[in-house]
Amino acid sequence: MNSSAFKDTLLLVVFATAILTMPIWLKPFGAAYPDLMQRFAIYGLFAIGFNILFGLTGYLSFGHAAFLGVGSYAAVWSFKLLTMNVLPAVFFGVIVAGFFAYLIGFISLRRSGIYFSILTLAFAQMCYNLAYSVLTPITNGETGLQLTLDDPRVLDAQAAAGSIPGTTLFGIPMTGITGFYFCAVVLIIGFFISMRIFNSPFGMMLKAIKSNQNRMSYTGFNTRPYLIWAFVISGMYAGLAGSLLAVTDPLAGAERMQWTASGEVVLMTILGGAGTLVGPFLGAGLIKYFENIFSSFNEQILHEAFAALPDGLENALVGLTSLFVGEGWHLTLGLLFMVIVIFLPGGIMEGVRRIGSLFTRSGSKAKSESSTAPEAR
Amino acid sequence: MSKLTKKGSQWSRRDVLKATAATGAIAGAPMFFTRHAYGADYLNNPGDAGSVKLGFNVPQSGAYADEGADELRAFKLAVKHLNGEGDGGMMTTMQPSELKGNGILGKKVEFVTGDTQTKSDAARASAKRMIEKDGVIMVSGGSSSGVAIAVQGLCQEAGIIFMAGLTHSNDTTGKDKRANGFRHFFNGYMSGAALGPVLEKAYGKERNAYHLTADYTWGWTQEESLIASTENIGWQTQTTVKTPVGAGDFSQYITPVLNSGADTLILNHYGKDMINSLTQAVQFGLRDKQVNGNDFVIVVPLYSRLMAQGAGENVKGIFGSTNWHWSLTDAGSQAFVKSFGQEYGFPPSQAAHTCYVQTLLYADACERAGTFEPCQVGAALEGHKFDGLGNGPTEYRAEDHQCFKDVLVVKGKENPTSQFDILEVVEVTPRAQVEYAPDHPMFAGGNLGECNNGA
Repeated sequence: MNSSAFKDTLLLVVFATAILTMPIWLKPFGAAYPDLMQRFAIYGLFAIGFNILFGLTGYLSFGHAAFLGVGSYAAVWSFKLLTMNVLPAVFFGVIVAGFFAYLIGFISLRRSGIYFSILTLAFAQMCYNLAYSVLTPITNGETGLQLTLDDPRVLDAQAAAGSIPGTTLFGIPMTGITGFYFCAVVLIIGFFISMRIFNSPFGMMLKAIKSNQNRMSYTGFNTRPYLIWAFVISGMYAGLAGSLLAVTDPLAGAERMQWTASGEVVLMTILGGAGTLVGPFLGAGLIKYFENIFSSFNEQILHEAFAALPDGLENALVGLTSLFVGEGWHLTLGLLFMVIVIFLPGGIMEGVRRIGSLFTRSGSKAKSESSTAPEAR
Repeated sequence: MSKLTKKGSQWSRRDVLKATAATGAIAGAPMFFTRHAYGADYLNNPGDAGSVKLGFNVPQSGAYADEGADELRAFKLAVKHLNGEGDGGMMTTMQPSELKGNGILGKKVEFVTGDTQTKSDAARASAKRMIEKDGVIMVSGGSSSGVAIAVQGLCQEAGIIFMAGLTHSNDTTGKDKRANGFRHFFNGYMSGAALGPVLEKAYGKERNAYHLTADYTWGWTQEESLIASTENIGWQTQTTVKTPVGAGDFSQYITPVLNSGADTLILNHYGKDMINSLTQAVQFGLRDKQVNGNDFVIVVPLYSRLMAQGAGENVKGIFGSTNWHWSLTDAGSQAFVKSFGQEYGFPPSQAAHTCYVQTLLYADACERAGTFEPCQVGAALEGHKFDGLGNGPTEYRAEDHQCFKDVLVVKGKENPTSQFDILEVVEVTPRAQVEYAPDHPMFAGGNLGECNNGA
């Protein structure tokens, strides 16, 4: 117990250090600009929360983007009506998303397996369509909810006329690099809570549900409250992520709730390693990196990259690789996803573990045993 | 778990957390404090660098991808011409012009591109990448008003100039106008004002119109504008139905039209959506019907050659309006069509035209202001009058940063001579007829606010 506790602390310290030093070590990858790092942190948080439901209980929700969107709308409305301070926005984002998660979870969790997935998908699609057209006065539909000059903002002092104030944390601007540090701190707290949940008796219950729900019921446990709480908690994580999206960029659009966004978080979690602590964050980072960096490569950049080669070869290589960058980044991601699922079913974390076990021959037997257990990381 | 604090007495978890946070903050501090340290006078100041970067943010996927691809071609061509390569295109016909063909203010023009995916979120992420990572001094692009408005808001907050590409919603320079945003393209109100008299002449005063409308800011404002102008000539508005963008299949929206009693269908759709809905409407036999003693007709208020090409035969005889068309015979249009055709082998679309023009106008404004500083560039654009860019005399109105110029009413050609020769210009509606007051009700509620240079 003590040694595992020490390992947890070590993991947390390493994780926190890695997150907070991202502006330095992401430089060589061309990803050390605030917007992308904010996205790493926010979607990492989203995936970590999703993993509490999917990784621990095995219930695959296809509707988590709905909570992300709800969190964003709640946060933007807090900016519009109350104040540009981010704390109320984050608070309302989490609470409103948690409330939605309770409602949807209460109904969806009456079924399990694929029926549960379909129910969540249906609810998310309903939320999306509501936000897109029916609730246009609240959500501003396709255009997205934006701040305007004449919003009331009752708690704020009258801002300078002629410009919309930015989001702040008691005067510290929440865009750019400071916004990233805010998201990073929230991510580390979220990671810490997720770690505590994994190790708690509550987490143990969830894992038991994953391994055999029937047996749980036969031994006299009522599994429903545990499932509902797991669902609500992961919904609140999604709402937190959604409100952070609004904090760093005060705009909420309906496409955030679309089913593709729900599918994306499933991909992130599986890519990184479902049921592991760090995996979902890695998966989220990888997908966002591809989406933002690979999609920005155009032929001009490729020609520069291959400029050293003879002309004919250069053009051939540029022609070939240009299929996989720019608009073709989905293709690269798809290939990568296939490779990982086929060769590393446990995601990136399984790869990390295999590499780790190469170096620790003596401990390899114990490692391989623990790797099948759900709490392995 | 909880035993750790007792065992490791000198380092509790809380201490570890604090220390980590402190380390991180110290490590990251230089980034934060140096961010604006260089060229502190405005964001992304190129300073002494030999080149300057522009950001072209266009849809490369989604319902408006065709327009996006053509916009990107035009941007590349504009950059070529600015750098003194190629034949110069409309730089030779633009009046007045300070452009010298040596880049902008002597700096070579470079560009970065991004995919908006026709989604506000993705577009803002892509624009942010350009501003934060690539250090662009101006962002241009569009093809969806929702996206254009979102990116315009972002550029205002960040403090760089946004030169809107194809965006036709009244809101872009109406209720969502921003001091850092400028639009050359025309808008829904102008389409309505230009189409009204032409429709009256062609179809009479007694018509019953059914609207299918793309469900976002552009569709809403165009529908509003069209209803106002058609009711002004005595038409009735039967029903208006909102359809989602990128729906693909519009049959469920078109079937009800058949028995609605309406004799005119107004399609407030654009891009692939318009191609699909128009094609389906024709396939469902709408144009062969007779209602209330009238031939059933279809109107597409915002036309583009790319869309007409996609819809093929179905556009014959259908009225619409457009910002520019390649068959215009003025010197500017001809010069542009010639150099675009030489480069790519086919004529440019209106989307390409407006993006090309916006790039030149921005470059010219920088030359006139003598700086890239956004507020001075903006001031140089405000109230600027120019000619020779394909639309005749044009003015950037200072009150709302909207260009005012003549509007073309076009019609699908009955006997096209080539695959590009699909539209014929029916009427050039003079500027005076499409002009409106800055506080017109359809544009009210917005405020330019103050120019932001990001410092």
